[in-house]
Amino acid sequence: MRRPLVSIPALVLLAILLWTVAYPNVDVVVQSFGQGLGYWREFARSPADREAVWTTLWISVASVGAATAIGLPLALVLARTDFRGRRLVQAAATLPAALPPVIGIVAFLFLYGESGVITRAVQALLGRRDPPWTLAGGWSIVFVHAYTMYVYVYLFVAAGLERYDYAMDEAAAGLGAGAARRLWRISIPLLMPALAGAMLLVFMSSLGSFSAPYIFGGGLRVLATQIVASRLNGATGVAAVETTVLAVGAVAALALARWIEGRRRYTGQAKGGPRPPRQAIASPVLRWVMTIGAVVTVLLLILPHAMILLVSFARDGVWTTQVLPPEYTLDNYRHLVTDGALWAPIRNSVLMAALATGACVVVCGAAAYLLVLRRFAGRRVLALLVALPWALPATAVAIGLASTFNRTDPRTLRVLLVGTFWILPLAYFVRGIPLVTSAVDGSLRQMDASLEDAARGLGAGWWLTLRRVVLPAARPGLLAGATLAAITALGEFVASVVLYTHANRPISIEILAQLRDFSFGTAAAYGVVLIAIVLLISLAARLAGGRATGHRATVYSAEATT
Amino acid sequence: MSIGVVAGVPGDVETGGAGGSAAREGASSLRVRGISRRLGPTLAVDDVSFDVADGELLALVGASGSGKTTTLRIVAGYEPADAGTVELDGRDITRMPPQRRDFGMVFQHYALFPHLSVEENVAFGLEARGVARAARLARARAALAGVGLDGAGGRLVQSLSGGEQQRVALARALVIEPRVLLLDEPLSNLDPTLRRSTRDELRAMLRRQRVTALFVSHDQEDAFAIADRVALLRHGRLLQLGPPEALYDVPVSRTVAEFVGRATLLPARDEGTHVVITVGGVERRVRAVRASAARPGGEILAVLRPESLGFTPPDWPGAWPGIVRARRFAGGHYAYRVQLDHGPDVEVAAPDQLADEGDHVAISIVREPVAVVDA
Repeated sequence: MRRPLVSIPALVLLAILLWTVAYPNVDVVVQSFGQGLGYWREFARSPADREAVWTTLWISVASVGAATAIGLPLALVLARTDFRGRRLVQAAATLPAALPPVIGIVAFLFLYGESGVITRAVQALLGRRDPPWTLAGGWSIVFVHAYTMYVYVYLFVAAGLERYDYAMDEAAAGLGAGAARRLWRISIPLLMPALAGAMLLVFMSSLGSFSAPYIFGGGLRVLATQIVASRLNGATGVAAVETTVLAVGAVAALALARWIEGRRRYTGQAKGGPRPPRQAIASPVLRWVMTIGAVVTVLLLILPHAMILLVSFARDGVWTTQVLPPEYTLDNYRHLVTDGALWAPIRNSVLMAALATGACVVVCGAAAYLLVLRRFAGRRVLALLVALPWALPATAVAIGLASTFNRTDPRTLRVLLVGTFWILPLAYFVRGIPLVTSAVDGSLRQMDASLEDAARGLGAGWWLTLRRVVLPAARPGLLAGATLAAITALGEFVASVVLYTHANRPISIEILAQLRDFSFGTAAAYGVVLIAIVLLISLAARLAGGRATGHRATVYSAEATT
Repeated sequence: MSIGVVAGVPGDVETGGAGGSAAREGASSLRVRGISRRLGPTLAVDDVSFDVADGELLALVGASGSGKTTTLRIVAGYEPADAGTVELDGRDITRMPPQRRDFGMVFQHYALFPHLSVEENVAFGLEARGVARAARLARARAALAGVGLDGAGGRLVQSLSGGEQQRVALARALVIEPRVLLLDEPLSNLDPTLRRSTRDELRAMLRRQRVTALFVSHDQEDAFAIADRVALLRHGRLLQLGPPEALYDVPVSRTVAEFVGRATLLPARDEGTHVVITVGGVERRVRAVRASAARPGGEILAVLRPESLGFTPPDWPGAWPGIVRARRFAGGHYAYRVQLDHGPDVEVAAPDQLADEGDHVAISIVREPVAVVDA
């Protein structure tokens, strides 16, 4: 293979990622040994830390199970069957992703909390004196995780199904395999790379989840909240140990998942049967069940958004014990636009998310290209570096950045970023790296590697090959990855709470500040603005993706006639 | 009706050829009646009917877009038919899902499951039929031995060559002892040498197992080598169905004559059992044969195959003078392109090197009867 030019871009990428991803985390590990093994002994003796480790683990595993149980069937049903309301469900399926964590949690509190609207409605319906449930403890966290994280499974599997070789299903059907056997023995194993990627993402997100345990945990301890608590108590050494434990555990899980994924990775043949049209449901009873199911699903998915929307018109400070807010106004929105201090967080979030996503697209696009289509020295290191932030909880990323970029020191390659505008875009960039890289990686892996050689063989230079062969293949992944990265950055809370300054405070931080002031209306109005921005991004991505799908459909119908 | 009609009635596409096919005498196991399928604006399959007898090998041949693959997919149950029926042993299976048809299918790109080993691939259909693990693996290994792949069971399908993958796909389809075996361009991914040997092996294997098979090919040479009968499709319509010799020697139409083999079509005059072909004022009267009765008053064309023409002395009665424009060695014979004086180019096959490019020669019809089609 001729690859003389590969080493320079690879070296630049490695340098960027070593500095922004590896270095801060090594710094935290070094800090944890600041007193030899002293901090580690302290950690091992603490019952609170033991509880935190166990709780974090079981909640993460349960969240993976719950998110997969929702996301996988949803993706398969929407891709393969047709029923009344399918398009509506499809449109609503990604709504939870449009609900930034902090806003989702606030909405859940308004809906399902002890004095939530749904809780009170059910209580009234059953004629009970006490609320039928309390939204606190481990299973509440799993519930919130499942609602917000099934979208990862849904999106990854749906993307996998886009390039699925349907000849495999046809072959299995022709050999006598019924629907269940085809699903279990063929579809799921073939979708395993996508599914494993998504499950991994849910696991890592649950492991590092901060907001849900923080609000709904009750007295429950998890590692992410424990780290922040330790730092707030001034125990930075123990916090460094906790961060290291969480990071090492997560990296081990990542390595394990990668190994499993590697064993089950297949080159997408994508040259068999065309994607068959969605099957209409024959049984009239099942058709009704599906339609009712669709309506209920859409309602459940819309409810948190609707709640935030409703409260965004509530006059600040008047909603206390009533089921619904008693007074409504447009002032909350007016203030966001007219009051410079209230507008600043919106401007900050958009600008910082755009910077981080732009950087992610360039760096991760190049990284995925090199990883999938090139061989070079340092490839394994690059693969590790782009995957690492996946395993690292936001708290750990933030603490690493905070301790590394807190002063300028050219000898140790440190630059003062803490306290400046740039620390948050950097944190968002680091968090976005695995999202964009894995999405592009997934798309490029589906591309037949010989296509690039074919283009070059036809006389195309590197630019034409990149533009006409590689980028179109990477496009679904770039779109999906960039959308996820932008959405994550816009609503980011955990790293922000550690690193923000007043000047660059993002929307999520401002929402908590408003809630603390009991300005529920203003907080919800911020939420609505954030959701609107996120929806706009999703819509743009879907429009761009839709064009690509239309093109593919044309190709398929041309193939089907031969 | 004047010229000798071989089989059928006007408009019928089925031709028997010399003696018909032995296979056709068996019970008809698969009956396809009037199937049609519209894909977007195109009528991909247009009122196609045919039977496949027990143990018969029928080939669907046609260019890209002729509807052969869609027809196969309808028979397999992967594609619904807008009209028409598919029957197996007298039972209507048109709406039966593929997994219940008991058909074996070899896909063009084989569709081997990449996450399963070779023997797991082959055993998959048995697994779906509830055969116990040990028994199905034993049968899979036996099936692999049957296609010459003993000992390859544990390998991953990605590690196999194209020819090996083709044989695994065949073993996978055969091990379930299918009622009908369907093959979609089974040889198109093989290199020419492998293709020729696989072609012979495939026919021998299917014959040995007395499998009823329907296979699709764009390559008429493959179809002629393997099939008992060949169905020629174009623009979704079945043009002719019969033994390979019938399609070659007695084409039902000009389109079939032009698609199957090489031919020069010359205007002719109908004279009962004979036709008269005139080139540059020189008349040649030959015996004629046609698949169906002539259209009353219609123009007719004589189908001159390269083997029915030969070099003759210039004073031979009815010989046409011409000049050799090109010559190529085609394996066992030479193929000449001769431009006739005051006439078209014709292709002539000769066993020896009889003339050089630029030579003046005389050409005559040396094999009768000559096929005739409507102009």
